[in-house]
Amino acid sequence: MRGIRISLTAAALSALTGCAGKSIYYWGRYEELLYEMHAKPGTADPETQIAKLTEDIGKAHAEGKPVPPGVHAHLGYMYYQQGNLASAEQEFETEKHLFPESTVLLDGFLKRMAQK
Amino acid sequence: MSGLALMCSCAAKVDYGPYRSHMPHSILVLPPLNQSTAVDAPYTYLSTVSRPLAECGYYVFPVAVIDAFMKDNGLPTPDEMHNVSLSKIREVIGADAVLYVTIEDWGQKYYVLSSTTVIQASARLVDVATGTTLWTGTEHLRQGSGGGGGIIGMLVAALVHQIASSMSDPTHEASRAATAGTVSNENNGLLFGPRSPRYESDARGR
Repeated sequence: MRGIRISLTAAALSALTGCAGKSIYYWGRYEELLYEMHAKPGTADPETQIAKLTEDIGKAHAEGKPVPPGVHAHLGYMYYQQGNLASAEQEFETEKHLFPESTVLLDGFLKRMAQK
Repeated sequence: MSGLALMCSCAAKVDYGPYRSHMPHSILVLPPLNQSTAVDAPYTYLSTVSRPLAECGYYVFPVAVIDAFMKDNGLPTPDEMHNVSLSKIREVIGADAVLYVTIEDWGQKYYVLSSTTVIQASARLVDVATGTTLWTGTEHLRQGSGGGGGIIGMLVAALVHQIASSMSDPTHEASRAATAGTVSNENNGLLFGPRSPRYESDARGR
């Protein structure tokens, strides 16, 4: 009975991995952080998030998998919250380079940061 | 048997014509409206939506950054965010499409011998340039503990127990399952987007 249960779970999980079946991106803990920011206030301060996301980006590179949409922008926003505008700018530029779809939003951010 | 079909609403014949003619490259997901009594529901939901959309081949704007950005600009609640005009979204964010989500029911229901995790939500994908509705979807998930439910119930219960047992909030994993199921459904889910390796081969609605 236990064997059946486990194989059913594997089938369910494989069916839930997304549109393309095989995952395009290395997700790491991005979604977990999004959840914790709201569900457990105080556990995901900018410093913690920067450490985890930076580590995940390193793992993605090591595995040769792309970093998902939004991760570099989210990391940039965490640097911005810390007042580290140089690192924020660098991450926003990386997001734009990887995903030109983000250009309008992030050019707006960069412009407003430059006015500070 | 596909696990996805089990997670989703009944398959209806979908007209993908407008979707195909306004194929978005990027999707903005706003924090959902909440009609349930669970105050955490919108942000729990929001934390599970980026992955299935991105794996479908779309650029997904960073959900927490967008939320903070809108709050900084005088829009403190999802209701107010949902009222932002499409022309403003185009100008400031540059999104091709917006996903509007409403949570209708959410949480744990307790019965005498069992408990059930319930998630019910509806979603609408709207083309920013024209206001055309490209796709609509509903999620309706009931995950039981105790009781029977046949093979479907077993499959879902096994999934929930396996991955949610370590988490304090079973709705988080349930939301992940429900959202992935709705978005990735073969019959009436989202089409593969421009960043998917299966973009060109997606025959639905052709």
